[in-house]
Amino acid sequence: MVADFNWAIGGEAGDGIDSTGKIFAQALSRSGRHVFTSKDFASRIRGGYTAYKVRTSVDRVQSVVDRLDVLIALTPRTIEENLPELHEGSVIIYDGERTTMANAEIPEEMVGLDVPLKRLAEEAGGAIMRNVVALGAACEVTDFPIENLDSALEKRFKDKGQKLVDNNQEAARAGQSYVAEEFDHEFDYELETTDNDYVLLNGDEAIGMGAIAAGCRFYSGYPITPATDVMEYLTGRIERYGGHVVQAEDELSAINMALGAARGGARSMTATSGPGIDLMTETFGLVATSETPLVICNVMRSGPSTGMPTKQEQGDLNGMLYGGHGEIPRFVLAPTTIDECFWKTVEAFNLAEKYQTPVYLTADLSLAVTEQTYEPDAFDMDAVEIDRGFVVDEETIGDHQTDAEQFKPHEITDDGISPRAFPGTSGGAHMSTGLEHDELGRRTEEQEMRVEQVDKRNRKVETAEEREDWSPREFGDAEADTLVVSWGSNEGALIEALEYLEEDDIDVRVISVPYIFPRPDLTEAVEAAEETIVVECNATGQFADLVEHDVLERVERINKYTGVRFKADELARDIKATLEA
Amino acid sequence: MSSDVRFTDFKSDKQPTWCPGCGDFGTMNGMMKALAETGNDPDNTFVVAGIGCSGKIGTYMRSYALHGVHGRALPVGTGVKLARPDIEVMVAGGDGDGYSIGAGHFVHAVRRNVDMTYVVMDNRIYGLTKGQASPTSRSDFETSTTPEGSKQPPVNPHALALASGASFIAQSFSSDALRHQEIIQEAIEHDGFGFVNVYSPCVTFNDVDTYDYFRDSLVDLQETDHDRHDYEDAKEVILDADKEYQGIIYQDEDSVPYAEQHGISADMSDIPDGAPENATDLVREFY
Repeated sequence: MVADFNWAIGGEAGDGIDSTGKIFAQALSRSGRHVFTSKDFASRIRGGYTAYKVRTSVDRVQSVVDRLDVLIALTPRTIEENLPELHEGSVIIYDGERTTMANAEIPEEMVGLDVPLKRLAEEAGGAIMRNVVALGAACEVTDFPIENLDSALEKRFKDKGQKLVDNNQEAARAGQSYVAEEFDHEFDYELETTDNDYVLLNGDEAIGMGAIAAGCRFYSGYPITPATDVMEYLTGRIERYGGHVVQAEDELSAINMALGAARGGARSMTATSGPGIDLMTETFGLVATSETPLVICNVMRSGPSTGMPTKQEQGDLNGMLYGGHGEIPRFVLAPTTIDECFWKTVEAFNLAEKYQTPVYLTADLSLAVTEQTYEPDAFDMDAVEIDRGFVVDEETIGDHQTDAEQFKPHEITDDGISPRAFPGTSGGAHMSTGLEHDELGRRTEEQEMRVEQVDKRNRKVETAEEREDWSPREFGDAEADTLVVSWGSNEGALIEALEYLEEDDIDVRVISVPYIFPRPDLTEAVEAAEETIVVECNATGQFADLVEHDVLERVERINKYTGVRFKADELARDIKATLEA
Repeated sequence: MSSDVRFTDFKSDKQPTWCPGCGDFGTMNGMMKALAETGNDPDNTFVVAGIGCSGKIGTYMRSYALHGVHGRALPVGTGVKLARPDIEVMVAGGDGDGYSIGAGHFVHAVRRNVDMTYVVMDNRIYGLTKGQASPTSRSDFETSTTPEGSKQPPVNPHALALASGASFIAQSFSSDALRHQEIIQEAIEHDGFGFVNVYSPCVTFNDVDTYDYFRDSLVDLQETDHDRHDYEDAKEVILDADKEYQGIIYQDEDSVPYAEQHGISADMSDIPDGAPENATDLVREFY
């Protein structure tokens, strides 16, 4: 079991919970500790409960657990919400001078530290720093060297001037000293540090960074939770690499702008969530029919309709696989970890251009908003390869023209892949359209050409199935009788669940699938197992249906659709219960 | 750009299937002539078309082109132009495409002021679907879907453009070939979003807004004391529901196109074989 420590700050939306939590996570990361963060949040600007949770260890952590060791509670509700996770000896830091917290009830078996956060912050230069005072207090409780917090505060505030950095560092020390002087209590925690260097980022950021690394130059999007971080990451950064971000008037526009940029020859992308995917579906068929390379990122949230916008779900799988009228060739990639969000984004751009086919790149909310530590080498830019596919220039275009020197953008080829000419290429002028068309891109309803074009577009997917690697990721015991299959962000919790299951002598083989379409054939693995369980965050088991369809065998299902991600210990219990049933 | 480009170079080998006498023939001819006259050629021109009779234009012209989904031609044009500032972008559509299903995009494309030309072939009727009311149909115009008239005021595209902060607003008439071409040419040359509404009569389904009607009623602003750089003058013309005009209604002399405002000038199709130089800086930010 990972020797971990679990910390949280909670309060109302608008209390600065997110930025405070991020600062503490950053401090831990800078101290050479691994970090895994999660958020409980509401989409309201102000009001409502929100919390930022940090799990940390010197070992790698990749899941959340049902345990909380230190909690900074800015509201009574924060304590109530977390009672199931708090335990004997948990420390609760709160400000008894805050009106709402005056009557806060700290359960007897826990340690309540009443720290005048606001007063100490004011003394250090401003009430706004009260959360930082609490962080200082937390450093004292956990025996965590406060210099790491100093470093994180400097990173956070240096752009706003040294004075602000100094004030915040002073506020942190005020919290630390107060706990040291006022409470005569031996705390059990000791957060040791290491010399390791880690980077700390979330899935949305990894996707944005992957896009820039892959040569994406154009991004158009419409803000939507939880995909907005991709757009905000790119804004201000992509420009440094010659690109641009447009905030479109809606998702209909966003995808069409991205399509236009791709027709112009740019690597381009849009990102959205389910409601936006619904709108983009209008244009999705055009992207595929005009054979335009485009990456469409869907950061899934709970649906249908407005659903639970800030909650976890993997409910859009069927929508991405089948959405749109007619039959639309496509690729669907679903990275399973944050570093894979980076690499799958690079892969998505290559697939899009090599096969001139739209690619859905999907992350679920948990993956998108969770921050996790990685060694910087996990994002080795030198390992990024760009393959632009079959692009012709003025010298080679002649091989793909008619006798009348008309370029054939939809030329019928053995592998289905046609030549692509960027605007400005002499002799390349051509039309492309959502109408069925001939090799020149001109409308046709001629039966033979219709069939040839449909087959050609589908042949690209067959070609990709042959040429590309669609392998899943494997963990656990390859010889185990029990096979657990998962997709998306459940992988981390599953890997940690293996340790709990091992305690009960349950061996499990885990297959984590990052490719939804095309996808690996699991027939052999399912046949070799006595029992197959498919784990996913939706109610109906959309991926389980696919597995059954592929292998012609029934599988067991573990589904969670509460809006909250799987936890490692919970998943272990669920798997055990499924096996015992 | 080669100076020996003729407008016929912009013609494809596909014969238009527009009805004989359709205004779109004249509209397209003027566009091709204006493109040739402004030094463009088919290989550096991108035409984006919507859906409807007007949407067929990409097929009948020779250039790089995309015939997209209904109402979304402007966003496509925006993407092409921002990714490829070196390419001449012309977006064409009809009144249904631009002012009904695509009205939201129209407002924002106008605001954005991307340096491209938008030609709306306005025939005040839905032609391709055989004669239903369009957003610019008169309120008492009887159609198959509005047997007693729509009883709604028609959209005033120029007013919509002006209210959205347009930098170039013009009106032409497909049958007045010379003036139509001149106006499109000015829209192409304008630094920013050049919007031209073209009266492009439907001879099959609209017996009200006919060639004769426009010929009789059009006042050419060139022949009046209208000052195109005067916002108040523009407002007066645009809000005058009793007259039909042609000419440049408004042009903002200080128009700065989107790309210039945002410092975009690179050809975005040109990227390295691996991650861009200094990409590792992005990783370092996460320390």
